[in-house]
Amino acid sequence: MSSITALALLPVLGALLIALIPSENSLRIKQATLAVTVAVAAFAIYIATQFVTSNTDFQFTESHEWIPTFGINYSVGIDGLSLVLILMSVLLVPIVVLACWNESEGGRWSAKVFYILILILETMMIGVFVATDVFLFYVIFEAMLIPVYFLIGGYGSGERAAAAVKFLIYSLFGGLLMLASIIGIFVTSRKYLGAATFDISELTELHKFISPTTQNLLFLGFFIAFAIKAPLWPLHTWLPDAAKAGTPGTSVLLLGVLDKVGTFGMIRFCISLFPDASKTFTPVIIVLAVISILYGAFLAIGARDLKRLIAYTSISHFGFIIMGIFAMTSQAQSGAILYMFNHGFSTAALFIVGGWMIARRRSSTISDFGGLQRVTPVMAWMFFIAGLSSLALPGLSSFVSEFLVLVGTYTRYPVAAVLATFGIVLAALYILIPVQKALHGPTTPGNEELSDLNLREKIAIAPVVAVIIALGIYPAPLLNIINPIATHIVESAGFTDPAPTEIAGK
Amino acid sequence: MMAASTSIVYLIALPLFGAIALLLGGRRTNKWGHLLATAMSAGSFVVGLYQLSLMLDRATEDRAITQKLFTWISVGDFNVDASLLLDQLSICFVLLITGVGTLIHIYSISYMAHDPDRRRFFAYLNLFIASMLLLVLGDSYLNLYVGWEGVGLASYLLIGFWNKKPAYATASKKAFVMNRVGDMGLSLAIMIAFATLGTTTFAGVSEHSHHASEAAMTAIGIMLLIAAVGKSAQFPLQAWLGDAMAGPTPVSALIHAATMVTAGVYLIVRSNFVFEAAPTAQLLVVIVGAITLLLGAFIGTAKDDIKKALAASTMSQIGYMILGAGLGPAGYAFAIMHLLTHGFFKAGMFLGAGSVMHGMNDEVDMRKYGGLRKFMPITFVTFGLGYLAILGVPPFAGFYSKDLIIETAFDSGGFQGPLLGTLTLIGAAITAFYMTRVMILTFTSKARWDEDAHPHESPILMWLPMVILAIGSVSTGYLFTRGDSLENWLNPVFGEHGGHSKEHLLQPIVVSALALFSVSIGVSIAIIKYQRNEIDRVAPTDVSILTRLARRDFGQDAINETLFMRPGQAITDVLVKSDDKVIDGAVRGIGRMAIGSGASLRKSQSGFARSYAAFILIGAILMIAGIWVVTQ
Repeated sequence: MSSITALALLPVLGALLIALIPSENSLRIKQATLAVTVAVAAFAIYIATQFVTSNTDFQFTESHEWIPTFGINYSVGIDGLSLVLILMSVLLVPIVVLACWNESEGGRWSAKVFYILILILETMMIGVFVATDVFLFYVIFEAMLIPVYFLIGGYGSGERAAAAVKFLIYSLFGGLLMLASIIGIFVTSRKYLGAATFDISELTELHKFISPTTQNLLFLGFFIAFAIKAPLWPLHTWLPDAAKAGTPGTSVLLLGVLDKVGTFGMIRFCISLFPDASKTFTPVIIVLAVISILYGAFLAIGARDLKRLIAYTSISHFGFIIMGIFAMTSQAQSGAILYMFNHGFSTAALFIVGGWMIARRRSSTISDFGGLQRVTPVMAWMFFIAGLSSLALPGLSSFVSEFLVLVGTYTRYPVAAVLATFGIVLAALYILIPVQKALHGPTTPGNEELSDLNLREKIAIAPVVAVIIALGIYPAPLLNIINPIATHIVESAGFTDPAPTEIAGK
Repeated sequence: MMAASTSIVYLIALPLFGAIALLLGGRRTNKWGHLLATAMSAGSFVVGLYQLSLMLDRATEDRAITQKLFTWISVGDFNVDASLLLDQLSICFVLLITGVGTLIHIYSISYMAHDPDRRRFFAYLNLFIASMLLLVLGDSYLNLYVGWEGVGLASYLLIGFWNKKPAYATASKKAFVMNRVGDMGLSLAIMIAFATLGTTTFAGVSEHSHHASEAAMTAIGIMLLIAAVGKSAQFPLQAWLGDAMAGPTPVSALIHAATMVTAGVYLIVRSNFVFEAAPTAQLLVVIVGAITLLLGAFIGTAKDDIKKALAASTMSQIGYMILGAGLGPAGYAFAIMHLLTHGFFKAGMFLGAGSVMHGMNDEVDMRKYGGLRKFMPITFVTFGLGYLAILGVPPFAGFYSKDLIIETAFDSGGFQGPLLGTLTLIGAAITAFYMTRVMILTFTSKARWDEDAHPHESPILMWLPMVILAIGSVSTGYLFTRGDSLENWLNPVFGEHGGHSKEHLLQPIVVSALALFSVSIGVSIAIIKYQRNEIDRVAPTDVSILTRLARRDFGQDAINETLFMRPGQAITDVLVKSDDKVIDGAVRGIGRMAIGSGASLRKSQSGFARSYAAFILIGAILMIAGIWVVTQ
């Protein structure tokens, strides 16, 4: 068993352990969950230290036959792309557990079920990023819906059942399209590659044999599924509802981690397997991405509910990520991958602190807050820093990734980059409007007695802020992992970075 | 002694440490936080002086030094180091920022003594100093950008320092957002520079600017101008500066007069090689400067709020600097000279205004001042010296720096020269008018105080910085021009572009005479209008259309509202409504069609667990069926 499989299994083994603890002892359950998730994070960091960054092949690979008739294997391995996303995921989970300590209260089921679901989800989060067999990826991709569905529907607030179903229907619809493409891969790989295979490395040869139409169709099956997950305009409407209904911790995992499966999939499957089709659809996708950036920003400006506001900012940010992925320059690609990581932490900060505000005020309507800077200064500062990260203030991590996406996109699609740059003005508005309403001004009635962050909450949010600041000043540790694979993706798809136009040939 | 290049970073590190210590230290640091912050700023000033002494010892061609800290961002050919450049231009700013900055720290110890959040105020001041130093020390546009938005953040925090008042919170947000419009320009300039020249460092862009096309350089130049316009409150992005006076007065003196708002001038002068290769962009710089110097001056004539009058004046004076910077090699050094002298006299006058407010229960309406000369003699004298300096009366600082810009404007050739020269003279006359008005209304006219006002001179910690700045207002112009010292000092920065011709359209003595004549007209009108007549405690309403327009800043807020805010609000409203009804509605409709009927969707929402099982079952059946079909 490779260390990757061990890493993926660790959370679910922890879940078995927790199943043995009596349900009444919820404190022990929380402590055990925290311990398990911290161990997973430590293990993942250890694996990262063993990772060879210059190597763009899959590392720590492991493969076993699963359904030989169909050429389906249990195959796992990691490259720079998956490593970064795994690190983000396993670092966020313990933070969520600690930050959202009392989130399981008020659910349909016990705390025990809540934490078992979280741990199962963590196993799947690792699994979905390490799968190097398309079918294995598909199975985990679909299976992930189950714990999320129960987390939203069972522990959320408001219209939680409806939101959970909306999330499920959207996802299943995308999943069905992906399934069709997977069947197509099966058929075509058997026909052209000698034997049916779902191995990603072998399938990169497939596009050389199939017709453009087939390739386009196969591409679309994957892309639409991922565009729903990411989500890309106009397939985004499930996200604000789900984010509003879910607990803050669920929303962190949903927007921070699970939505990244969409952007991850676009790189891993759409571009790597179908480079020609990617080229064909790139103009459309760039347009949709720019629309997402501006549309998400406008809706965030107009949002009255804090959780919906954060969800809309994410739609804008996913627009940046998708634009960067398809701009096909090394700067934009590296920027997009780094953006995925940074967005995880900045959205986590917003949702966690926003969640604390909402839990204290028992309302998520922005206008119910006011003057928090004077009532709860530490909490207000944390919300402000999270906001600055979301608006990509230079010196914070999100600036590096956003600027790389913009500068990399500009060299190939200047118009798109210029339009996207308007997003930075809109971002100032969608952050500073809620900051003013919630933190500044006189203290509004109902807020006088709110309590500031306690020690547990401070410990939970400190690493998030530390990552946001540290990677803004010194992003090299992550860029060293990301750059080789990003360049490799761009080059494999047949692109080279445009040379500076004014000094070409000099 | 440390090597010169390795101690540049301490300039920034000291105030940055102060800010972090005070913010993380919290209430524990309340007792001594202001002292630490002041010490950090003063320490940075000392390092700056030390660097200056080292620089003076080096030969001219070795004066510029860089310190590479680490590789910041490196992807493909996009390589940006965190790297500092200390040269003749940046050392001027370093000393201005830390020198005036330290004086304002000292002043604030007393000015903010009774504010419960004084520690936080000093933390923000230190944050500002560190960011502003990074802005002027970065060796590339991207490094500059970090400082550029850093000072924007500090400005936001300080304008909104008393954000309990909703109007002040709104003012801070307005400043940040309008600055971001400018920042968009800076972002795009960097993108264009990288796409066309493959570099974002000043040295790199300078090197390639010679053989790049004019179109590319014009694009970069215009984007840089947009950035400068936003940060320096120039037309058409000037509307935030008046509202920014919501911040405590020391902030107005430091950030919104002496340093941050002049960053646009720095950017243009630093980018001299871009504008030399882009005549169209350079012409736009001149136009922006000329418009703003008149616009600000007109607004200044109509303001009764002493801080807003001074803010309008700042806008106008920066207009002079931008104009100078737009005149090319002939004007760069003079733009910087006026920036430095203005830093002294305007910061001094703002501190004077703060001193007046301190003695008048924070009243800002000059119509409720009057006769303060006797009660606040030090404030009167120091403010008066600043007044003489901004007017350009010899031998005060503004006489040298402003006259040189007027002179250069006249000399800029062709039809443009006499036009610009005349405009700058008109600006000088209006400046004389509104500044004299401020002097009369505040210090020399009859008292019109509120009943509970007990004006008194400010304590020493406040008047001492005012005195030092007043000395600067008196002496700096002479020092900078003696033997063309500042010009010769700066010219190596501009490479072969440096130096101004000694050929004149009008002899300097003639220009000085014209300028003094213009000033005397402005002063005379103000004396006739205000010194002789009774001044109303409430602003009269039967005034000319020009005054009415100027009072409302020539409708700048109404224009912004009509052009941007209302359409933006309308777009937002339409999108918010349509997101649920149109887009989500369409998808729901498709969903209903796919599933069969609306009823089945409703059902799925009630018994969700069972329905979920059904979905899985359907999915599994489809999957198996699909596989079975294709493997037949």
